[in-house]
Amino acid sequence: MFLKEYFKTVYQTISSLLTGMRLTGYYFTHTKEIITQQYPETKPALAERFRGEVIMPHNETNEHRCTGCTACELACPNGTIKIVTKNEINAEGKKKKAIDTFVYRLELCTMCNLCVQACPSDAIIMSNAFEHSVYDRRLLTKVLNKPGSKIMEGVE
Amino acid sequence: MLEELGTNDQGDMIINVGPQHPSTHGVLHLVITLHGETVKKVEPHLGYIHRSIEKMSESLSYRQFSYVTSRMDYLSSHINNHACALAVEKGLQLEIPGRAQYIRVILDELTRIASHQLWWGALAMDLGAFTPFFYSFREREMINEVMEETCGARLTMNYIVPGGVMFDLHPDFQKKVKLFLAEFKSKIHEYNELVTGNVIFQNRTKGVGYISKENAISYGMTGPSGRGSGFKCDVRKLHPYELYDQLKFEEITEEGGDAFARYMVRIREMEQSMNIIEQLIDNIPEGDIQAKTKAVLKLPKGDFYSRVETARGELGVYIISEGGTTPYRIKYRSPGFSNLSALNDMAVGGKLGDLMATMGTLDLVIPDIDR
Repeated sequence: MFLKEYFKTVYQTISSLLTGMRLTGYYFTHTKEIITQQYPETKPALAERFRGEVIMPHNETNEHRCTGCTACELACPNGTIKIVTKNEINAEGKKKKAIDTFVYRLELCTMCNLCVQACPSDAIIMSNAFEHSVYDRRLLTKVLNKPGSKIMEGVE
Repeated sequence: MLEELGTNDQGDMIINVGPQHPSTHGVLHLVITLHGETVKKVEPHLGYIHRSIEKMSESLSYRQFSYVTSRMDYLSSHINNHACALAVEKGLQLEIPGRAQYIRVILDELTRIASHQLWWGALAMDLGAFTPFFYSFREREMINEVMEETCGARLTMNYIVPGGVMFDLHPDFQKKVKLFLAEFKSKIHEYNELVTGNVIFQNRTKGVGYISKENAISYGMTGPSGRGSGFKCDVRKLHPYELYDQLKFEEITEEGGDAFARYMVRIREMEQSMNIIEQLIDNIPEGDIQAKTKAVLKLPKGDFYSRVETARGELGVYIISEGGTTPYRIKYRSPGFSNLSALNDMAVGGKLGDLMATMGTLDLVIPDIDR
């Protein structure tokens, strides 16, 4: 009785190990399903919606859509965005509020997309760039509006 | 009180497991009293990853506070966001569009499968088998791709917002999910061949980390860990939210109460989650993805509670509102904390090596415990 049990256990052990080894052997000999991405050599194909960082798109004539309403600043849970506004005198001689600097602190950003959702004039979007490592922390504080840029015609 | 490390009067050895130990899956610190190799006492010490999420939420608006919950139980971040959204919607008495409900439930179940897959790989790795990790991540990657396309992130999505969901589904969503279901159905037998049927694995989990149904209830264990002791605690069945009352699925319970029973609950739960997704994926109705809400949400004075079933158990969100734009107090009832409290009961009398199997089948996520 004891011997019978003993050999039964030995048989079960070996068969269960062989079942696992058979699977491992299958993938060892069928190498066509390679799922590893060789990351630094080949860049990954990221989805269109992938949230990497906040950017402010400018058109060819260096114009953006930001009115400086600070809706994004209020929507941000981490204080990532700081907008400094200035008064500009437009062609008709009237004073108009415009952005001076749009400060974006990447090191505080959690890519939650709340600022992009809050923006009424679609001035900021999320880009796919994800390789953000730098040697100096100060480089992560970015100004999103390009130097000399203006607000686009017709955006209120 | 922290006992001094070393040896006590009875000749027992007091050692640390963690906070930097690979099988604690994070910064969990256990002070263990050992008699030889037998565990006499397990004392968890928390606080290494405390970020004061509850206090932080008091200064965030009702749209902002839910993104932090993705960082609590990061493996079921959709479900955490869902719980927050449900609590806020309860306060606002919002009716959620049908399309948003379908999307939410499908993504919840996808998250549950992804979480259980990671747990399966990590458990096998804790018990000394390295390859299962790669097999589970192969399928999990397909879910992550779906999440990346639709939600824009792979882990901390912040996709379920009060009122609905953030974006509409990606055009490829249904195709990709069906592809995943077909792929996973054809591969799930490999999980059983590699680990479930393996004699070494069975010897290391059967009869290990036993907890009775009564103790599981008194410790407040929920989720697959509680159901492994035969405690019927699935919030999706007991207090159905969204579409769960219209869906056909089984509540998985096992009577064993040991590590193997908890293991089997999760393996079988993955099949049930696939079953739920199959019922929904073809019938997603057209329509809005968000209910109409004001730009600034204000909850009426009072308290609101919502509960959901995450991959680890019952998550409760309790909001006290004073009528303003920010909550007065938020309390999260996280499943990991209650499940961890039962660890001492399970591990005492067992061997030190079995503690890893017990902890692995509890499926602890440390940021969820500390918050």
